[in-house]
Amino acid sequence: MGKQLLLENINTPGIDTMAGYRAQGGYSSLQKALKMKPEEIVEEVKKSGLRGRGGAGFPTGMKWSFIAKPEGVPRHLVCNADESEPGTFKDRFLMQHKPHILIEGMIISSFALGCNTSYIYIRGELLYVYHILEKAIAEAYEAGFLGKNIMGSGFDLDLYVQPGGGAYICGEETALIESLEGKRGNPRIKPPFPAVAGVWGRPTVVNNVETISATVPIINMGGDEYAKIGVGKSTGTKLISACGHINKPGVYEIEMGVPVEEFIYSEQYCGGIRNGKKLKAVVAGGSSVPILPADLILKTAKGEPRLMTYESLSDGGFQTGTMLGSGGFIVMDETTSVVKNLWNFTRFYHHESCGQCSPCREGTGWMEKVLHRIVEGHGKQTDVDLLWDIQSKIDGKTICPLGDAASWPVASAIRHFRAEFEEYIKNPQNIKDEKHYYNLRNQKAPVA
Amino acid sequence: MSKREIKFSDETLALIQRIIRRYPEGKQKSALLPCLHLAQMEFGGWLAPETMDYVASILKIKPIEVYEVASFYSMFNLKPVGKCVIEVCRTGPCWLLGAEDLVRHIEKKLNITVGETTADGMFTLKTVECLAACGNAPVIQVGETYHEDMTCEKTDDMLSAYRNRNEVVTHWDKKHVKAQ
Repeated sequence: MGKQLLLENINTPGIDTMAGYRAQGGYSSLQKALKMKPEEIVEEVKKSGLRGRGGAGFPTGMKWSFIAKPEGVPRHLVCNADESEPGTFKDRFLMQHKPHILIEGMIISSFALGCNTSYIYIRGELLYVYHILEKAIAEAYEAGFLGKNIMGSGFDLDLYVQPGGGAYICGEETALIESLEGKRGNPRIKPPFPAVAGVWGRPTVVNNVETISATVPIINMGGDEYAKIGVGKSTGTKLISACGHINKPGVYEIEMGVPVEEFIYSEQYCGGIRNGKKLKAVVAGGSSVPILPADLILKTAKGEPRLMTYESLSDGGFQTGTMLGSGGFIVMDETTSVVKNLWNFTRFYHHESCGQCSPCREGTGWMEKVLHRIVEGHGKQTDVDLLWDIQSKIDGKTICPLGDAASWPVASAIRHFRAEFEEYIKNPQNIKDEKHYYNLRNQKAPVA
Repeated sequence: MSKREIKFSDETLALIQRIIRRYPEGKQKSALLPCLHLAQMEFGGWLAPETMDYVASILKIKPIEVYEVASFYSMFNLKPVGKCVIEVCRTGPCWLLGAEDLVRHIEKKLNITVGETTADGMFTLKTVECLAACGNAPVIQVGETYHEDMTCEKTDDMLSAYRNRNEVVTHWDKKHVKAQ
């Protein structure tokens, strides 16, 4: 097991309380931060190489440096705790068991950005975690870590939690901002970017729970030390939520660079495939990233071992690679129907499309319907090409990335498992005999 | 719906006033989502038009601004529901590990289909999208509680427990209002 910067002591009883968290050294990073200048904190975060942990992987220090600072206009830090990407449950785990690391990270990050009022936007389904955070915030006020003149530094901060109402789209930062304003979660057209005009038109930074929490060890150990962990531009540790057909589902903190094979099969992590079955495919970074068959997730097309880093997982582009994404690692064994799983994912995106952009609103529904008729045994010969055509007309043609996220799973499933689709269509009499479709794998050249 | 007056309890009204103060002056509309959760908590687990109008009056916004939001988010019920809404996650990993079997089992057991309420008004069955608990799939949410690693047997026990409690269960649990 590598360094545990975020999950350290997570099983220690009482770590969810102020006393328990401080007994393990909690809030020492904040004490250090408040003695620094805000721009020095931004500099440390830049040096650490920290990249957004919500899925996009954008350098956090750079994102912070974009925030506009017009005279007399308040600015806001908003934590994105709207964790909804299928396969992802790392933020929920961290907030539930170690809420104070997020609170400490929020105070440090707000100080660095010069924000005096910050918000944690948490998905509504997690109202029980909302109350855990409210309790932790109350403890932080009582300890003098929130409120006026925090620890004599002259820095004031109020921190609030805001619940959502059930909508995947609110994980997109401008939809989240709309939702925080009490509106439907319709993403905004950019520019202006939130760094210039975010919540209530004020400069706003939106960061994921894990990203903000990572500032705590970064300030404690220094950006340079943090950057020594990992490989290349994938620095530090990453929370991976592993699920599906594995022996040990759960949240693991890995040092960037662990080989995928080790992650799946070693006892330290997933512990191998359930019931002695073989690995068929993996969706490595939440439902939106391209699905890869077993051979391509374990090794790149060049035959090199695939590592758990931003770069290695995306090696080969979308033809033969995927993305680290949010760290939602979904493992599928040899009994999984890729086509049925895709229908399930597509139904999800259709349900969650906000409806603003026609390609996404209509296209996701068409893809769901076409896939449904295929898995029901009524597929047509032209359906695979039709699906390919629809997804290609959504990708890149919408206001927000939900359209892309809906099209990538379809494109990658066809790219790597075309034969399985064709078998469903050609031999629908076998539809009930699920075994018939196992292990079919497209050997032909990728489409397009 | 009975003709009783729609009015939040004093504790809830005080909580709403505290929530409104979290936002800048004049931006009280930001309190809409928390208010709708609290409205479902107080008024039987769903949002009648009269309830939404009342929330609009508290936040000094137009009723349409409440309707358009309530109809957008999946957690807000715009039709009456049973005392307990059984929300089965149907997405990805939960589906891979048997969520469909759970849904069929509950449908048979309660003699309703997804979206329906039992004749005794005890249960409503809903399917929902990913609840961020994929490591403990399949998952069922009831109120604020996640029931994890579910099987048909565990589901039976869960249903019996709620039936015995015989209380209205909502996402924002009343105990958190009293604790303030």
